[in-house]
Amino acid sequence: MATVDFWGVRRQVCLDIVDEPVQAGDYILNHVGFAIRRIPEESIAETLSLYEILMKEAEEDAMAADVRGEIEAGVGS
Amino acid sequence: MTTLAAATEPLKFRDPEMARSLAATLGRLMEEIGRPVAVMHVCGSHEQAIAKFGLRSLFPKSLNVIMGPGCPVCVTDVPEVDEGVVLAEQGVHIATYGDMLKVPGTVRSLADAQAMGGKIHVVYSPSQAVEIARQNPDVDVVFFATGFETTAVATAAVITDDPPKNFSVLSAHKYIPPVMEIVAEMPESQVEGFLAAGHAATITGSGVFEPFVERHKLPVVVAGFEPLDILAGLVELVSLVRDRVPRVVNMFPRCVSLEGNLVAQQELWRVFRPTGGRWRGIAHVPNGNLRLRDEFAHVDARKRFKIDVTKLWDYAPPQFAQQCICGDIMAGIRNPYDCKLFNKQCVPETPVGACMVSNEGTCKIWHLYGGVPDLSGIEVPA
Repeated sequence: MATVDFWGVRRQVCLDIVDEPVQAGDYILNHVGFAIRRIPEESIAETLSLYEILMKEAEEDAMAADVRGEIEAGVGS
Repeated sequence: MTTLAAATEPLKFRDPEMARSLAATLGRLMEEIGRPVAVMHVCGSHEQAIAKFGLRSLFPKSLNVIMGPGCPVCVTDVPEVDEGVVLAEQGVHIATYGDMLKVPGTVRSLADAQAMGGKIHVVYSPSQAVEIARQNPDVDVVFFATGFETTAVATAAVITDDPPKNFSVLSAHKYIPPVMEIVAEMPESQVEGFLAAGHAATITGSGVFEPFVERHKLPVVVAGFEPLDILAGLVELVSLVRDRVPRVVNMFPRCVSLEGNLVAQQELWRVFRPTGGRWRGIAHVPNGNLRLRDEFAHVDARKRFKIDVTKLWDYAPPQFAQQCICGDIMAGIRNPYDCKLFNKQCVPETPVGACMVSNEGTCKIWHLYGGVPDLSGIEVPA
C-alpha cells in the first residue's frame, strides 16, 4: 500500500498491479483504489491540469463524478 | 504538491484551433470516401466527452459515431442482478459499486432489496469491500463485482491478497475484446471500424486487438478520452477506412503500450477464466464473462452459497421494461432518441433500463448533455 495525495486528500492505494516499480514522489493513475500505471515524467503536468479542470465541474457532471469516485476509492481518510 | 506548475501548463488536448483543424481533416476524409460511414467506440468515457463537448456537431454529417457496449453496469445481465438480490434477501451483506443499486433485475433491483431490509454497502473499491468483511467477522460479505478488465484486475488483486474467510466475490466482470467480435458480426451492424477504450487498453495493451483485426478486417484505433484525443483518433480511424487498411493503431501512447500492463494481466488471468455468457440486451458472448478459476472456489460466492434466482422469474417484468431498447442502443442499431421512454418514463431518478442508470450509459449521458447538438438557427463564427 502507498499513501497517495489527491489534491490534499490522502488515501491508501494498493501497488500490487502497477505496471512498474514506483517510489515516493511518483505520480500514478488510480483505478478503484489500485495504481494501474506510473505516469511518466513528461505526462505529469498535462495529466494534472486535465483532472483539475474536470474537478471544477458541477456535482452532477458525469466526468467529474467519476474523478471524485476514484478519489473516494482509496482506503482511509 | 506541484499542482501550481500544472495550472500554467497549456492544455494541448483542448486547443480549439487544433480541434477545428482536426474536424476539417475529418470532413475532407469523408468527402473523399463519398458515402456514409459508421464507426463504434466502446467506452463510457468516450461518450461522456463526445456528448459533454458537443463533438457530434463537429463531425461530418456522413460520419456516424456510435457508442457500443462500453458501459459495464449496463451489460450486467438481469440474472446476475437477480443473484445479488437473492443473496441480499438471504441475509448476506452485499458490497458493490454505487452505479449497480438501481440496475433493474427481473423484478427487483439491489436498491429495492435494500428498501426491503437487505444489507447493501456502496463501495468505490474492492479493498473497501474487504475492509467491511474484516470489520464484521460474524456476517458474510459478498463483493458483487462488475466492470471490464481494468476493474477486474483490482478484484483479482484482493482475491489473491488473503481476504478474510467471510469475504467472497460474485463476479459479473466482463471482457471487452470478445464483444467487439459479436457486434462486428451482427447482420444489422454497419460498423466499419472501432475506437478502442484507452483505459481498458492500459491493462491489455493495444496488441490485444490484433487477432480481431486479422479476423474481421476492420481497423481499431486506441484513443484517449479528451476531445482532441477522440478527434485525432477518428481522423486516424477514418483514414484507415478510406484506405481499406485493417490495422491496430495506438493513438494514446501516453497511457497505452503494445503489450500493456503485464503485472496486471498476470494477476487477472491467474484468478479469472473467460467463459461464455449473456450481456444484457446484446447476446450470448463467447468468452465475454470473467469467472473465478476453480482454485479460488473458496472465494467464489456462486460456490459458497446456494443462489436460486428462479423464484424471481414467476413474476412478469414491469410493463415499461418490455419497451426498453437498451440492447439495440448498445448494439449501435438505434439511439436514445428512438426510445419512447427516453426522458419521459425513463429518467436517472426512476430508470427503466440499465443505460439510464450508470454515468457510463448512453441514455444517462444523453440525458445529461444531449446527444446530437442542434445548432440550427445558431450562427457559428468561422
